[in-house]
Amino acid sequence: MKLAYWMYAGPAHIGTLRIASSFKNVHAIMHAPLGDDYFNVMRSMLERERDFTPVTASVVDRHVLARGSQEKVVDNITRKDQEEHPDLIVLTPTCTSSILQEDLQNFVERAQLEAKGDVMLADVNHYRVNELQAADRTLQQVVQFYIEKARRKDDLATEKTEQPSVNIIGMSTLGFHNQHDCTELKRLMADLGITVNEVIPEGASVHNLKNLPKAWFNLVPYRELGLMTAQYLQQEFGTPYVDITPMGVVETARCLRKIQQVLNEQGATVDYESYIDNQTLHVSQAAWFSRSIDCQNLTGKKAVVFGDNTHAAAMTKILAREMGIHVVMAGTYCKYDADWFREQVSEYCDEILISEDNAEIANAIARIEPSAIFGTQMERHVGKRLDIPCGVIASPIHIQNFPIGYKPFLGYEGTNQLTDLVYNSFTLGMEDHLLEIFGGHDTKESITKGVSAESDLGWSKDGLAELNKIPGFVRGKVKRNTEKFARDRGIETITAEVLYAAKEAVGA
Amino acid sequence: MTLADTQPQALTFECETGNYHTFCPISCVAWLYQKIEDSFFLVIGTKTCGYFLQNAMGVMIFAEPRYAMAELEEGDISAQLNDYEELKRLCTQIKRDRNPSVIVWIGTCTTEIIKMDLEGLAPKLEAEIGIPIVVARANGLDYAFTQGEDTVLAAMVQRCPDKAPDAEKEERNAIQKLLNFGRKQEEVKAEESEYVDHPPLVLFGSLPDPVVTQLTLELKKQGIKVSGWLPSKRYTELPIVEEGYYVAGVNPFLSRTATTFMRRRKCKLIGAPFPIGPDGTRAWIEKICSVFGIEPKGLDEREAQIWAGLEDYLQIIRGKSVFFMGDNLLEISLARFLIRCGMTCPEVGIPYMDKRYQQAELALLEKTCQDMGVPLPTIVEKPDNYNQIQRIKDLGVDLVITGMAHANPLEARGINTKWSVEFTFAQIHGFTNARDILELVTRPLRRNNSLKDLGWDKLVKEEAGR
Repeated sequence: MKLAYWMYAGPAHIGTLRIASSFKNVHAIMHAPLGDDYFNVMRSMLERERDFTPVTASVVDRHVLARGSQEKVVDNITRKDQEEHPDLIVLTPTCTSSILQEDLQNFVERAQLEAKGDVMLADVNHYRVNELQAADRTLQQVVQFYIEKARRKDDLATEKTEQPSVNIIGMSTLGFHNQHDCTELKRLMADLGITVNEVIPEGASVHNLKNLPKAWFNLVPYRELGLMTAQYLQQEFGTPYVDITPMGVVETARCLRKIQQVLNEQGATVDYESYIDNQTLHVSQAAWFSRSIDCQNLTGKKAVVFGDNTHAAAMTKILAREMGIHVVMAGTYCKYDADWFREQVSEYCDEILISEDNAEIANAIARIEPSAIFGTQMERHVGKRLDIPCGVIASPIHIQNFPIGYKPFLGYEGTNQLTDLVYNSFTLGMEDHLLEIFGGHDTKESITKGVSAESDLGWSKDGLAELNKIPGFVRGKVKRNTEKFARDRGIETITAEVLYAAKEAVGA
Repeated sequence: MTLADTQPQALTFECETGNYHTFCPISCVAWLYQKIEDSFFLVIGTKTCGYFLQNAMGVMIFAEPRYAMAELEEGDISAQLNDYEELKRLCTQIKRDRNPSVIVWIGTCTTEIIKMDLEGLAPKLEAEIGIPIVVARANGLDYAFTQGEDTVLAAMVQRCPDKAPDAEKEERNAIQKLLNFGRKQEEVKAEESEYVDHPPLVLFGSLPDPVVTQLTLELKKQGIKVSGWLPSKRYTELPIVEEGYYVAGVNPFLSRTATTFMRRRKCKLIGAPFPIGPDGTRAWIEKICSVFGIEPKGLDEREAQIWAGLEDYLQIIRGKSVFFMGDNLLEISLARFLIRCGMTCPEVGIPYMDKRYQQAELALLEKTCQDMGVPLPTIVEKPDNYNQIQRIKDLGVDLVITGMAHANPLEARGINTKWSVEFTFAQIHGFTNARDILELVTRPLRRNNSLKDLGWDKLVKEEAGR
């Protein structure tokens, strides 16, 4: 057992559900107790989704414990098949069903006999993998399923496209700024004259998966999601993949040069150097920013970076290499892939922290006292407590990290966004210090705020006690209203009863 | 319509598949740890439970809450690790770091399936570490959302002292002390005479402290003294419960707690409608009065005055229809109040319907429908959300009260929704808070009214409109 109240990566089934609900017309059925369908709330709230999240539960209750699910799972699958006609139904095990050890594969096979759509069991073990690993695995599983299906039907599109083309792999629902990154990468590909063959899983149809082999190469922008699929496609079709995250000016250039190499190896003759040059010097503002005096002021400032592998590694390199900021500590919660992280950042920071324990990270931040933190929502709150500004660069995230405006982290526009994020974090911190040194904002703390100074009214002790229970931000208003109420009625002492009578009277 | 059709009929009860969305009952720790200030809640479960709590509690999570997960690992599941030793290690750490007066273990689906004997382990560990350990099995296999509180309170009923030494009696009567705050002994004595002589009454249900004060004062006006409240602000202030005491519930989801009071502590349950809405509050007070043989005073005027204060909101909802998809068991009381407000209600979905515990509330619902001349709603236990959405579309309802999973998709289809969870966290009890309920109910209607001329009500393409 482990004492914990915060986790960076969710349970395995969340990863599977993220993949399933990213595809168009794929439905996931969770084998789970009542209340485990919280995924739907998250998707509906965080992504502000207009459509019903295509996830339902085949509820595990007392009866299931006693007798097994029996027909229930099969019925739920075939029912959903008739109601919504999904192309694919993914039966998703949860922690509960892992322990029950029911033969879910058998249910899938039986349901497949009746269902018009395809049915599949997500191959993820709750106790072995987390959300990210499960998402990676599920995507690969779905792709393999449809490649093999197409192969059996002799329907596989193996012919490469005439012009260089790419599959972008790993864009998913509830991913950090994925929607914007996806748009940015498509733009980048268009600039390079590369056709986007397929984007998976977000917005893709499973029917198109048979076209994946047509691409000249696969682009896997995120370390956590898509690599298994890319490796599978390389193994099956020899399709090369590029797994350099185009985040930051240097890494974007490196990614483009790798793409150039991969295409030229297949007989294209592309040269992206002048494009990279032009973008770096004149389009993206990040390179210029690093020469400007603003950035000069950031030289040697201390920062701490923490997040998933992709974003924490890229951010560390940007801060250290592109802005001259002193990254004291870089860390990741992707323990299962820690070696990669170490290798990526070791030359750009003093310390590396691999941990899933938020308290350990908070303690490290408190010890280091950086001028800015780049982390998840958890680190943002640590920063609040310690009075250190924080830029959020990775999941877990809140609704404000699903902005409506265009905010990619990848590509050349991404470098601009990152510059703002870094700069704003640091200047805000500086401003705070200056204010502190020079005595704060020019607003004297007003003692009259919410309190009428010439109040002739007495508050009884119980009245005051009740007043103090009212949350601070409305207390002043309640106090004013109550005093007005008392004055209008000639009440001299305000008791708890008067307070509540006033509340009732407000509506009248 | 024939005459026969307008005759009042009995309520109809249906039961569907149970494929509905609700919160896991472990969510009760979110409000109970805040209510019981010296408690610590330990949820013994998996990452799934933790992930739910972390996300459902939003910003509360960052405020160093007095709750944590005992996250089960593979070794716990396969019994390679010893449950007792593991729990002892964690609880000792909690004792060291937080020093709570009680640790509440929340059993989850996983502890049920692997049959971890929490009830057996607790007394042993309690003796060893010297902190009371209360066990509540608030799991998704058996319960929905607010029923979690029911399991915790039912477990706490057992811990209420049956007789306190005289010296301690003062200390324990926290509510009374609060009301007497700072007054002299003689004044307190004088005030005692304001109460009618009646057997002790203990109320149960977790409410924010201001609402506790309001309801206590409301009963005081009738000369009824509330001798204790479960839960109280602190675990060390649990009310004294003796055989023959009267108890009354303030929330409709507390049937296990009520049963435990009756069976284990030999208390008498006052079965009343719940004090939600001015009509419910009045009926609740009247019922308590009648049990004690008290003639209620001034309730007519009080209720009328509250209704008058609601008129601006009533104008918005009068004649409109409301559909409860069902997820928190407050549905019957809220439907009854909204029908009294002039709404119609074709369907009340509810996770679980205890017809005995809610008897008086159901009777008031029937009577309200008759008084208002509207058809009785169908009460759908264990609803099926998919079917409900079809019915919502067919009926064309004006307002759907539903969970967050459906709210945005319904809004995008031009259907007004109110997020049901807000009713569990807002202050909705008593005369004083009737306006708060309507503030919630009318909010989507007011908002959408101000947007109505923009032509933006259906925001999904037809093909996706299923």
